[in-house]
Amino acid sequence: MQQLVAYTIIGLTTGAIYALASSGLLVTYVTSGVFNIAHGAIGMIAAFSYWQVRFEWGWSAPVALIAILGVLCPTLGLVIDRVALRGLAQATEVTRLTATVALMAAFIGIATWIWPPENRQPFRGFFDGNNVSVLGVNVGWNKIIALIAAIAVAVGLRILLYKTRLGIQMRAVVDDRSLAELNGARPARIASASWALGASLAGLAGILLAAEVQLNVVPLTLLVINAYAAAIFGRLKSLPLTFLGAMALGLTEAYLLWGQGQSWFPETIGGFSTAGLRQATPTIFLFLLLMLLPQAKLRAGAARVRERSAIPQWNIAILGAAVLVISSIAVTGMMTRSNTIYLIQALIMALAVVSLVPLTGYAGLVSLAPLTFAGIGAVLMSKMPGDGNIVSLIAVVVVVALIGAVVALPALRLEGIYLALATGAFALLVSILVFNQGKIFSNGVAEVPPLRIPGVDLSQPRPKAIFLSVAFAVVGLLLVALRRSSLGRQFVAMKDSPLAGATLGMNLVRTKALAFAMSAAIASLAGALDAGKVAPDNYTFDRSLPILLLAIVSGVGSIGGAFFGGMLLGSNTVLASIVPSITNITRVTPGLIGLSMGRNPNGTASQIATGFRPVTSHPQSLLTALSGIGALWLLTSVDIISHWGFFAALVIWGLGIVPNLPALAVTSGRSRVLCLLIAAVGMGIAAFFDDIFEAVPTGGRLLAIIVLFVVVGNAIRRIHTPVAPTTKSSPDLMGLTGFTPEELSQSDRAIKVVP
Amino acid sequence: MSAIGEPILELKNISASYDAISVLHDVNITVRRGEVMALLGPNGAGKSTVLKIASALMRPTQGSVNIAGHDLTGAAASELARLGVCTIPEGRGIFPNLTVRENLEMAARKGLAVSVIQERAFARFPILAERRTQLAGTLSGGQQQMLSLARGLATDPVLLMLDEMSMGLAPIVVGDLYEQVQAIAAEGVSVLVIEQFARTVLGIADTAVVMSHGHVRFSGNARDVDEATLSSAYLGTK
Repeated sequence: MQQLVAYTIIGLTTGAIYALASSGLLVTYVTSGVFNIAHGAIGMIAAFSYWQVRFEWGWSAPVALIAILGVLCPTLGLVIDRVALRGLAQATEVTRLTATVALMAAFIGIATWIWPPENRQPFRGFFDGNNVSVLGVNVGWNKIIALIAAIAVAVGLRILLYKTRLGIQMRAVVDDRSLAELNGARPARIASASWALGASLAGLAGILLAAEVQLNVVPLTLLVINAYAAAIFGRLKSLPLTFLGAMALGLTEAYLLWGQGQSWFPETIGGFSTAGLRQATPTIFLFLLLMLLPQAKLRAGAARVRERSAIPQWNIAILGAAVLVISSIAVTGMMTRSNTIYLIQALIMALAVVSLVPLTGYAGLVSLAPLTFAGIGAVLMSKMPGDGNIVSLIAVVVVVALIGAVVALPALRLEGIYLALATGAFALLVSILVFNQGKIFSNGVAEVPPLRIPGVDLSQPRPKAIFLSVAFAVVGLLLVALRRSSLGRQFVAMKDSPLAGATLGMNLVRTKALAFAMSAAIASLAGALDAGKVAPDNYTFDRSLPILLLAIVSGVGSIGGAFFGGMLLGSNTVLASIVPSITNITRVTPGLIGLSMGRNPNGTASQIATGFRPVTSHPQSLLTALSGIGALWLLTSVDIISHWGFFAALVIWGLGIVPNLPALAVTSGRSRVLCLLIAAVGMGIAAFFDDIFEAVPTGGRLLAIIVLFVVVGNAIRRIHTPVAPTTKSSPDLMGLTGFTPEELSQSDRAIKVVP
Repeated sequence: MSAIGEPILELKNISASYDAISVLHDVNITVRRGEVMALLGPNGAGKSTVLKIASALMRPTQGSVNIAGHDLTGAAASELARLGVCTIPEGRGIFPNLTVRENLEMAARKGLAVSVIQERAFARFPILAERRTQLAGTLSGGQQQMLSLARGLATDPVLLMLDEMSMGLAPIVVGDLYEQVQAIAAEGVSVLVIEQFARTVLGIADTAVVMSHGHVRFSGNARDVDEATLSSAYLGTK
């Protein structure tokens, strides 16, 4: 009995912390319409900062609390709102969700950077060591404070949202932003206020929680899953239900903890260990709740969609595929063995990223689990008889596709964030309950056999890299075919307006299931083709996040974008392995790149593609571009320029100079001479890269190439196009600010709205 | 009843565009104190864009927006609202997830107590008093329109702008609403009414502007808007 009381109290106090976390999540969601995936990460940052000032710098608890909850957290909330989310007010839910995923990735990176995991002094709760006796059970003050804080916040929020002017305005802004503005409310300030408040609540929960579970970056961040579960219990609307859900969750966990200590608790079920069960409770809770949610209402067309992606053209796709395969043959010939292995990793990442193209890019469905399907692919391939037989590969792909469809089925009723959360919960469940089993990864390792193709030894790096680029090219071409087919149009139609699709007789369940199956199948290739020893750590939820991030950032509608994203992820590992000192920078980059979406929701690839468009329609420029590449190739093959020089010159030429060629052709006089001079100097530095950067390690060289490309490209662009003063853009220009009045009237004439 | 008051809303040489598509070309519109102006024109004529610009929800690419003689081009919509410009946008103009009471409270600001707003609103539309704790989204279409009108008027606006108020409402309800609009104008409030269906509104308007393809085709006394002007704007006939 005594034990029951004790565990009930543990459950209630844990529940109180979850309630605090979820109330903050709810406040930002209800008032700004953004479901903040990074909520837990903010709490984590707050907990670490509190630890820093309280225990490292020895501030007193009240001062530390004021500094963290009253200053740091609100500031963080404000900055997030201003910097990351303001530009996305009109973007789709997927994009906004991804922006917070980016934040989460950035915060995890920053925290590991500032507070590397090491032996540190413990995080002590409030009035540590003093206990209160409740019903004969000794309870720590930290727990009591959590309970009191939760009750105070519940009452306070209720009053704020329903009884105060600010609260009513907050809710009004969510209902109809521009109408609220027409009534004199200032939505921007209101959003800032709610983010500041939400961040402080996250911070409070983080600090209270850290006292219970100690400081650890990823677990503290992922504890937000509990908050998600509770918030979903409250249907993302009701505060009382959210608190109830949080308490129920806390109690379930506490009782399970109690049960696991008892003799009657089964250690294995059907040969599978139950050790991960308690850890998985919130996730199971979340998953079940999501499954029980009612069918999402069909949405009519989202007129505000800012993201657009062009239909891929066959000629460009085939050219791209050919260039990829040929250049991988050429490049791997010059690369060292270890660099080839990095290239392989980048190609594997590219396959994982491209798996999101049909799902997220075409069909508009978010998945936080691409690597989970890759992991299932790897496991199945390692268990499959036939030792790398091509038939077993096909079997693996088919099975994972089926798993993808089956997993998707219950989730199909969900939309937007609910769907994203369901896939995230699935990823966590598989990580905790399946991949951790000794039966699946024996001793934490599985051996994936290389594919057996007659005459090719895929256990060697070079053939493997070439094979992977062929695989990517084939997948890419299949996706182009898909996008241009009737099914592809159905995917896009579903993204634009499920309602219109349904009224036109489209079977939405079938279409969604197919999108998931295709995505899972492609992702499985990223696991099954990655021959060698693999560990479950390769396929965790938090590793899937950068995949989604880079997919979206680099333009999830385009295959080239996916390739670019994969290379970016791959180059991170290259940089990190060669120059350990910049590991921390690379850890933060995906997150920071993600935040750039506020300015460019279409992704980087489309930006680059836009740059090349004039070149493809200007024969002289195209010819010049190609002969330039040919010349470089020739110079390299006769050893006049080194391999590094070739690579550097190719980047500068292809990305920095070629997009400017059409404009250069019409520029004349001094600016043309100046441009050519800059181009020549840039190419010169690039070509003799090895001699100039002799002592610099690989990472530094890559950075130097990037800097050179940016400098050359921008210098030329600045000189040849006179920057005309742009008029102040209207909000209805959807954030496009780069047009001059001349350009606007030109396009007016082009589409014949004015004679 | 020709309008003689000083100009309240002056749109001077307004041009505007969505993306790269120009929708307004050199539009000039002046609404005077106590005047009801009807802004007419077919679908896509640019009426709603005029309203967006006049309420600062959108910035013009050229031209200026003057309210009561002050140049407010580029000001925030909330700023105009605080200066007494009340806009009821197309659709119902209410917050569906707030109660009737909370909807009215949205209009409250410095110097204007919630109780006063409620009093005025309920005096004008008694039905709203019965529904005060109900979520506004559950009201009927006509009641929702009443609520948005009531909220707007409670703030003592100098300029009231209504966009397609009749849309989706029964004719009898529309008649009632426009009676209210007339009463409001009689109190000295300037009103700009946008309607696609001309006849409903010409009955109560003093002046009228007819637009098509982003140009003002006619501007003058409401009684001078005849069949020929309208059909040339709507159908493009001469």
